[in-house]
Amino acid sequence: MSERTELLRQQSLAAMPSITGERAEIVTRFYRKNLGMHSTPVMRGMCFCAIVEEKELWLGEGELIVGERGPKPKAVPTFPELTCHSAEDLRILDSRPLTRYSVAPPVIELFEREIIPYWKGRSMRDQMFSELPQEWIDAYEAGCFTEFMEQRAPGHTVADGKLYRKGMIEFKAEISAAIAALDFELDPEALDKREELRGMALSCNAIIRWAQRYAELAELEAISAGPIRRQELLKIAQVCRRVPAHAPSTFQEALQYYWFCHLAVITELNGWDAFSPGHLDQHLWPFYQKELADGSMTREQAKELLECSFIKFNNHTAPAKQGVTAAESGTQTDFANINLAGLARDGSDASNDLTHLLLEIIDEMHLLQPSSNMQISRRTPDNVLKHALRVIRKGYGFPSIFNADAVVAEQLRQGKTLEDAREGGCSGCVEVGAFGKEAYILTGYFNLVKMLELALHQGIDPCTGKQIGARTESPADFRSFDDLFAAFQTQVHYILDIKVRGNQLIERLYATRMPHTFLSVITDDCIARGKDYNAGGARYNNTFIQAVGIGSITDSLSALRELAFDRNELALPEFVRILDSDFDGMETLRQRLVNKTHKYGNDDDFADEIMTRTFQMLFAAIDGRPNTKGGAYRLEMLPTTCHVYFGEVCLASPDGRHRGQPLSEGISPVQGADRQGPTAVLKSAAKMDHVKAGGTLLNMKFSPSLVEGEAGIDNLHSLVRSYFKLDGHHMQFNIVNAAKLREAQAQPDHYRDLIVRVAGYSDYFCDLSPALQEEIIQRTEHTSF
Amino acid sequence: MGILAQERVGVNPGLIFNIQRFSLQDGPGLRSTVFMKGCPLYCRWCHNPESRMPHPEFLRMETRCMACGRCSEEERAGRETRVLTDEDLDACPTGALQKAGQEMEPSALVRQLLGDRIFFDESGGGVTFSGGEPLLQAPFLIETLERLRSEGVHTAVDTCGYAPWEDLNQAAQSALLVLYDLKLMDEARHEAATGRSNRIILDNLKALSRMRTEIWIRVPVIPGINDDDANMAATASFISSLAAVRRVDLLPYHRIGEPKFARMGTTYTLAGLEAPSQQRLETLAEIFRFRGLLTHIGDRP
Repeated sequence: MSERTELLRQQSLAAMPSITGERAEIVTRFYRKNLGMHSTPVMRGMCFCAIVEEKELWLGEGELIVGERGPKPKAVPTFPELTCHSAEDLRILDSRPLTRYSVAPPVIELFEREIIPYWKGRSMRDQMFSELPQEWIDAYEAGCFTEFMEQRAPGHTVADGKLYRKGMIEFKAEISAAIAALDFELDPEALDKREELRGMALSCNAIIRWAQRYAELAELEAISAGPIRRQELLKIAQVCRRVPAHAPSTFQEALQYYWFCHLAVITELNGWDAFSPGHLDQHLWPFYQKELADGSMTREQAKELLECSFIKFNNHTAPAKQGVTAAESGTQTDFANINLAGLARDGSDASNDLTHLLLEIIDEMHLLQPSSNMQISRRTPDNVLKHALRVIRKGYGFPSIFNADAVVAEQLRQGKTLEDAREGGCSGCVEVGAFGKEAYILTGYFNLVKMLELALHQGIDPCTGKQIGARTESPADFRSFDDLFAAFQTQVHYILDIKVRGNQLIERLYATRMPHTFLSVITDDCIARGKDYNAGGARYNNTFIQAVGIGSITDSLSALRELAFDRNELALPEFVRILDSDFDGMETLRQRLVNKTHKYGNDDDFADEIMTRTFQMLFAAIDGRPNTKGGAYRLEMLPTTCHVYFGEVCLASPDGRHRGQPLSEGISPVQGADRQGPTAVLKSAAKMDHVKAGGTLLNMKFSPSLVEGEAGIDNLHSLVRSYFKLDGHHMQFNIVNAAKLREAQAQPDHYRDLIVRVAGYSDYFCDLSPALQEEIIQRTEHTSF
Repeated sequence: MGILAQERVGVNPGLIFNIQRFSLQDGPGLRSTVFMKGCPLYCRWCHNPESRMPHPEFLRMETRCMACGRCSEEERAGRETRVLTDEDLDACPTGALQKAGQEMEPSALVRQLLGDRIFFDESGGGVTFSGGEPLLQAPFLIETLERLRSEGVHTAVDTCGYAPWEDLNQAAQSALLVLYDLKLMDEARHEAATGRSNRIILDNLKALSRMRTEIWIRVPVIPGINDDDANMAATASFISSLAAVRRVDLLPYHRIGEPKFARMGTTYTLAGLEAPSQQRLETLAEIFRFRGLLTHIGDRP
C-alpha cells in the first residue's frame, strides 16, 4: 500500500457511519414543487438531476478517485420516497450498540418537520403495505418469508464491459435514436416509452453534471494547493471533464468512470447490493496493458489507483433499515462484489496480471468493501486459485470462490446466450446473473422449517394459533412418510403462492411508480425496448426466492421418518406435542435426535436423499413461474443472516433444535451435525443439482493449523477443484479458531478488525449479534490428525 | 513365525475401528485412512489404545455422557460389572458410549471408501490402511487392496513391520506405498518400550527395501524413550542404507491418546510427558537430512 492509500484507509476505517438528511431534503423539496407536472420517469430523472446539482461535494485530501454519495465518507442518505424513517427509527440507529449510524439532532428535526409529514402514505413502503392482502401480511408476520423490496429498490445487478467503450454522450445518442424510431401510429406504448427514454436521458445529464462539478471543485482547490497536489487535482479535473461524458481513454479514467456510474446507481435509488463493477480485471486489462507498455503508468501507480477506488467502496456504508426488520440482517456492508478471473466472452481463461494485482490489494487492504470473489473455471490456472487461497488463509473471509463453469451452465439453463453467460458471474452474495443485461432480483427468504411446522399443525402457526397455511390433514392421519412429505409440499406451495402474488404486485408497483432511470441506461436492452430496468426492459429478467434451512429441514424430516415411520417408535402426534413443549422433560430424546439420527452433511444417503427430494420439490414449485417482466422465478439457496431470524420464529424442530435457535445456513449442514469431515460435507452438498439453482452458498470453517504451509494450500485447492468437478456452485472458507473468537467475544475492543465470513459476505465479528457470534463459533471446526 | 501366524484374526470380514476421511498425514494427497483393530505391539505412547485388542471394545466418552443411566442400570442395581452390548450402544442418546470395532466385508468397505474417490483423483491421494496393525488381518487387507487397485485407487499400508514376511510381501505388492514405522534400533530398548523384539521388524524392512514398492519411514519422537541422539543417528544410518526409502517423517509425540486410555479404563503411563519442542525436532531432522534423507516433521498438535 502506498503512503497515500494507507492514510486514506485509516481515515475510511475511522469514519463513523452517519445519516445525512441531504438527499431526503432535496428529494422532498423537489417532489413538493413538481409532483403532477411530469410523467413518473421524467420526474425521477429530474429529481436525480436536482440531487447532483444541489448536493454538497466531498473531495478528500490525497484522493485520486473522487465522488461520495453523501457530504462526507460514510454519510448515508435516506430514500424517503421508498421508505421513510420515523424519528424513533433515527434515534434507535443513533443509539444502538452494534452497527450504529450517528444521527445529529438537526437531522431528526428535519425529518419531523419536513420529511415524515410529506412521505407518510406516499412512500413505496406505505403504498405496498396498503395494497398487500391480509394473507400476505399474516404469513410475513409469522416469519414464513421476508420481502426485500419493502425497504430497498430492486437492484442486485452488475456492470458489464460496455461502460469502458461508450460514454454518456453516446448513450444519449442511442436514446435520441430510440425516441426518433418510436411508432406513435401503431405502438400504443409509444408515449410510455418516450417518457421512459426521456427519463434515461435526464439521468445521463445528471451524471455528466456531477462529474463536471467535481472538475470545477478540483480546479478551484488546485489554486491553493501545493505543487504536487495541484498537479493531482488538475489531473482529476481533466479526468472528470472527460468521463463519464466520453468513453475512458486511460486506466485512471476507466476507474473514475466506473465510480461515477456506481454513485449514480446507488444515489438515484437504494437498490439492493449497491452496484458492482463485474469482471474488473478483464475490463481494465486493455488500459493497463497499453499504459504499462508505453511507459505512461507503472504497476505501482496502477495499484495505487485501484487502492484509491477500493477506499471509495469502503466509504459507502449500506443504507440504514427502518423498523423491526433490523433483526433480519444486521450489517453495514452493502454487498458490492468484484469478480476475478473467470472466462472471457470467447470462453478463454480471463485471468491476467490484474487478477494477481487485485488479490495483492485485497490482501493488503482487507477492507469490508468491496467484497471479492474468484470465478474458477477448469481453464483457470492453478496458481491463480492458489494465490486466492493464500489470501483466504489469512482469515478475512474473502475472496469467496465460485465455479465459473457451473455459473455458465446455470445461465444457459435459464436460456441465456453462451457469451452473455460467460460475461456474467456472481454479485452480492452468491446469485448469478448476466452482467449489464439482466435484472435479477432477490425478493425474499423462504422459511423451510416453518413450512414443516405448518404441515404438523394443519396450517396453523403454533406460535400464534392463526390459520396461515393450507388446512392439511392432522398428523394422526399421516400413514406414511410420503403423506407427511405431501403435507409439507402442500404448505410450501400454499405459502409460495401467497409470496409470489405479493411479489407480482410489488414488481408492478416498482415498474409503474419507481423506475431506475440511470440503471436502465447501462443495462441492455432498456434503451432499445424503451422500458425501465424495473419494468422488464433488461434482456433477461429473473426473480429469485431464497430458500433457507435446507440442513435443518433435511435433518428434521430424516428424524421424523426414522422414529415416527421406519422404526415406529414415537407416534407423530406425540412427537408434535414434544416439539410444541420445546422438549420439556424430554432431554434424552432430544439428545438422541441430535446425536443418533441421520444427518445431512455426512455423505449419508438416508439423509441426503431427503435433501435432494426437498430441493427438487422446491425447484419444481418455484422455477419457471412467470414474473411480470417476461422472465421467470428461480430458486436460490442463500440465507445471508436470515437463518437466525427464521430460527427465532420457529418452535423446536425434530432435529433436536430448541425453540428460537438458528436454522442451518446456506446449504451447510446443521451446525455441528457434520461428523465425517469436509469431504463428506462436500459430497452431501454436491448431491443437490446446483446447476438448477441460481446460486447456493456453502460455508466451511477451518482452523488455521489445517491450512498451514504449501501442503495446506494444496489441500484447500484439491477440495475446491473436487467440489467444482461435482458441479458445486460456491465455497467460502472461514480460517479462524474458536479460541480466538471466544477471546474476541470477551474483549471486543481488541478485535474490532476481526473479519469473519458470515454467509455470502464478510463482516466484523464484533458487530455481529451474540447469537450469530455463537453460531459462528459452533460451526463445526474441521480438524484432522 | 508360528506364533505370529496364530495372531491373525478376522480373515474375512475385517475388523475396523475407524475410517478417517480427509486424512492429511498418512501419505500423499487427500486420503481416507482405515484404522484396523488389533496390534502385536504394546507401545506406551500409543495414541490409538482402542486399536490394540483384536476384538470389539466399548468406550465411554465422559465429556458427552449425560448420565441417563441407560447403559448402567444394572450396575446401579449392585452388580459390579456387566457386559455391554450393541443394545446399550443403540440406547445411548448422546453417543457417549461407542464401540471400537465393526466388522466389514471388503466389498462394503471399498464401496464406502470410493465415496471420496473424486478427492483422491484430484489431489493424488488415496486410501491408507493403518491401525492397529493392518497386517494382522492380512487376507482381508490384501483382498481390499486388490479391489482398490482394480478401481485405480492409490493405496498405502502403514505397518509396524511386526508381521510374517509373506504377508508383508504380498501386501507390499498390492499397495503402492508402505509407511513403515521404526521406533527404536536397540533390541532391548525396543522390547522394553513395545513389548516385542525389533529383529523381525528390521529384517522385514531390509527385505522390503529390495522390492520396488515405495517406502516412507515414520519415526515417532517420544521424549525420554527414543529421542536421544544415539537412537536417532542409528535409525538414520540404517535407513540411509536402504535404497527404496523415499522419505522420512518424524512424528512428534502428542497427548491426543491420553484421554482415550481413561475411556478404555486403562492407565496411561506417560502422563505429564511434554511434546518435543520444534527446535528439538529440527535438530533431529538434521540428523536424517545429514545422511541425505528427505525428512519431514509431522504436525505438532
